[in-house]
Amino acid sequence: MRNDTLSRIGTALGLALIVIWCLLPVAWIVSLSFKSQEAVTNGSPGFFPSGGGGAGWQNYVDVVKDDQFRQAIFNSIGICLIATALSVVIATLTAYAVARLEFKGKKFVLTTALVIAMFPVVSLVGPLFDMWRTFGIYDTWAGLIIPYMSFTLPLAIWTLSAFFREIPWEMEQAAQVDGATAWQAFRRVIVPLAAPGVFTAAILTFFFAWNDFVFGISLTSTERARPIPAALSFFVGDDPFNRPASLLAAGAVVATVPIVLLVLFFQRKIVAGLTAGAVKG
Amino acid sequence: MTTTAETSTKPRREARTSDKSRAENRLAIKLVAPAIALMLLVTAFPMLRALYLSMFDYTLTAPDDRTFVGFQNYLTALSDQLFWRDTANTVFIMVVTVFFELVIGFAFAMVMHKLIFARGLVRTSILIPYGIITVVSGFAWQFAFSNTNGFVNNWIPFMNTDFNWFGDYWSAMAAIMVSEIWKTTPFMALLLLAGLAQVPEDMLEAAKVDGASWWQRLWRVILPNMRAAIMVAVLFRALDAYRIFDNIFVMTNGAQGTESISFLTYRQVIEQFQLGIGSALSVLLFLSVLVVAFGIVKLFRVDLSAARQG
Amino acid sequence: MAAIEMKNIVKQYGDGYPAVNDVSIDVADGEFVILVGPSGCGKSTLLRMIVGLEDITSGDMLIDGERVNDLAPRDRNLAMVFQNYALYPHLTVYENIAFPLRLAKRSKEEIDEKVREASRTLDLDEHLERKPANLSGGQRQRVAMGRAIVRDAKAFLFDEPLSNLDAKLRGQMRTEISRLQKRLGITTVYVTHDQTEAMTLGDRVAVMKKGVLQQLASPRELYEQPANLFVAGFIGSPPMNFLPATVENGQITLPFGTFPLPADKAERAAGKGLLMAGIRPEHFEDATVQADVDESRTFTAHIDVREWLGDQQYAYVPYDAEQEVQDQLRELAREGDGDSLRTQLVVSLDSASQISEDDEAKLSIDTDKIHIFDPSTGENLTVGL
Repeated sequence: MRNDTLSRIGTALGLALIVIWCLLPVAWIVSLSFKSQEAVTNGSPGFFPSGGGGAGWQNYVDVVKDDQFRQAIFNSIGICLIATALSVVIATLTAYAVARLEFKGKKFVLTTALVIAMFPVVSLVGPLFDMWRTFGIYDTWAGLIIPYMSFTLPLAIWTLSAFFREIPWEMEQAAQVDGATAWQAFRRVIVPLAAPGVFTAAILTFFFAWNDFVFGISLTSTERARPIPAALSFFVGDDPFNRPASLLAAGAVVATVPIVLLVLFFQRKIVAGLTAGAVKG
Repeated sequence: MTTTAETSTKPRREARTSDKSRAENRLAIKLVAPAIALMLLVTAFPMLRALYLSMFDYTLTAPDDRTFVGFQNYLTALSDQLFWRDTANTVFIMVVTVFFELVIGFAFAMVMHKLIFARGLVRTSILIPYGIITVVSGFAWQFAFSNTNGFVNNWIPFMNTDFNWFGDYWSAMAAIMVSEIWKTTPFMALLLLAGLAQVPEDMLEAAKVDGASWWQRLWRVILPNMRAAIMVAVLFRALDAYRIFDNIFVMTNGAQGTESISFLTYRQVIEQFQLGIGSALSVLLFLSVLVVAFGIVKLFRVDLSAARQG
Repeated sequence: MAAIEMKNIVKQYGDGYPAVNDVSIDVADGEFVILVGPSGCGKSTLLRMIVGLEDITSGDMLIDGERVNDLAPRDRNLAMVFQNYALYPHLTVYENIAFPLRLAKRSKEEIDEKVREASRTLDLDEHLERKPANLSGGQRQRVAMGRAIVRDAKAFLFDEPLSNLDAKLRGQMRTEISRLQKRLGITTVYVTHDQTEAMTLGDRVAVMKKGVLQQLASPRELYEQPANLFVAGFIGSPPMNFLPATVENGQITLPFGTFPLPADKAERAAGKGLLMAGIRPEHFEDATVQADVDESRTFTAHIDVREWLGDQQYAYVPYDAEQEVQDQLRELAREGDGDSLRTQLVVSLDSASQISEDDEAKLSIDTDKIHIFDPSTGENLTVGL
């Protein structure tokens, strides 16, 4: 009995520790975003805004009013959604082949995906920078969508292959015996079974693209295509030697909202997707 | 082992390839072609281009002065102390962060594994650092460590509140590593949790009956059975850490000698337009990732097929 | 309703291994035929060729006299129950059963009527709105059968349908399948590795090993007249005892002694050297509980272990055999998916027998029922006697 309560207390403590670990920095940046800019310039140490240093929603109003920032959000959403959609479609085809068909070169596909997943992206920005300028897609949405697709493909292919292997493909045969054509079997049985996996892969792909920084700063030069992480890092405000920390924090919070929403709604799926792609006996 | 087995059965298989399997082959090639093309377009092709450009003295600001210099760029890079300092930084960051992520991540995984309540809460919390933009995490920690606006100095007992974390190499590195560890430990924990879930419960009960203490169960039953999961997690994270860039860019911008090898490459190419030497650095970076990957696979005998079979 | 004819069916995989080799089986209209054999014997592959999920390498598959080798599964109009039931997890029980009808674009009323009828037959009425994940194994099994019976299919095909159920439920479902088949009078091909299912369900049973048909016969014939060592060892539980034997002068010599043999059997086995004798456990008896005992057919043996089951009991008698014989017995056990640890005799005794463990017991042996096999070919030399 004593052991039992002890371990229960330990688990509860561990739980508290995990939650604090994960959320403290997030709480901090939220708190910072409510400090007024004067307070930050004059120095306002401490976790919470204090001594009249609170700014209310002012920083958020300023951020949303900022054209650069609005454009960056728009770029990020557009680019990431397009890249995610394309990447997931292409990865679905590939994962289907990997999970379902016997073919020469399956190993090659998986190895390529593995190598690309480990690729040092920075080593590509030089040549890509050069190539994209030649093709005329430097500093455009397409210039980012293409590398985002390629670098999210391995993740999507792995996750989807893992999901597809779990689908009871016997169903497809059962449907054929039940009188379905190949297309009907796919449409009425396989699609509903595969949809959750595809959706999960899409979320992970979106995270990946949304998080990118290297391509974002290297392959853009203006706000035409600059995504939000790059825009945040280039955001210096009026005084280049003293960055407007609280304004940046407000921007960061805004950029984090989509992630938090996705996590809140789909946490179970995301965890399944993350681990399905990586570990499994 | 597997490759030899395969080559021996292959000729027999090919000889009898039926129409059906040939059709299957064709369909599969069509299905995987777009993905392969796209992945190679953005990696293999630029990499070859980098290989080519690295043989030239080539600056974007003076594109007409491009001259062939052979391996001169590589010699320049390899004989430059900066290259070695940044490589050392990178390896240092990789080793320290992966170590802490592994230890803390495992502790988290153990807690999550035991948990019967509040699972949703923990899952949500743990996914937030994973999902958050690295740049944002960099900012959050930079401001947290800041001596004008941060809270870290206030919260650490006996700490001089004016201490400037970014004014000195070791403390700046520490700040960078904290941000990296914070962001990626949850991912590690999730991978380890999945591995932990695969250790059969009855095996642990058998160990208990056999008289193993908690510590012995951990070292002799749980860890050996999680070997594959741990190794895959370490490999993923180590290679990821070796590419560290975003946090450094945001937090120190390379000041106090905290540059990583990725950062050096980036600076040469994008900021200084030195495409020749930059390309040489790109190739070296790529090669060093290969070396690290190979080293880890060999050192820990990681079974990649375990990961790939997923 | 239809007859299914398999003519010289061969299935060869890419690596040249014949999973099914030259199998010919005629299934008459309304007949219940079992395909039985250890794992990897090709029984499931054969079933999947009937339904059209596997290509046929050579040979002809005829349903109702029509060659169906090149027809897609959906054009063969057969219903199949899969081993894992293959229920569509995203559909309710009702929709699972209705699925084939919806594909056939039947009217709403007709679908509803047929689904309700099937659900009544299978006692599924209260589960119609549930998803398969919330059903027990037996319920899933019934849903799978429901999906098969709404079809008006030409034949039913079952692929090890009971192997995922526990023993008690398996017995119940076995009776249920038998009753259903008799009521509908539908041609049925049923794959199993379980010899009890094979014996109880089938009008005729096809025993397969390594892709080759060993014997196709009624359950009684399989039991009483097995064509070879494999069939003899596979059919029956506990299995037939195999003992090294030599036949000379109308006498058979077994490890326990020499006994008189009926003349016709002795004649066929005479002068063939070392043979393999097959004796079923029930052809031994405790001599002390028998009314009139032929003393020439008795022997004493040391009883090692005794299992009392209420209505009968089994006794185990270990014996020593030469290495060669042991190897052959082991090989035989392996082919039948079993594992033999030691050479021993299994003896079925009357429940009245008072023999106890570690006793020397006097046992009688019914040599009229002995089968004698050629150990090199496995052929039953005494078939038909």
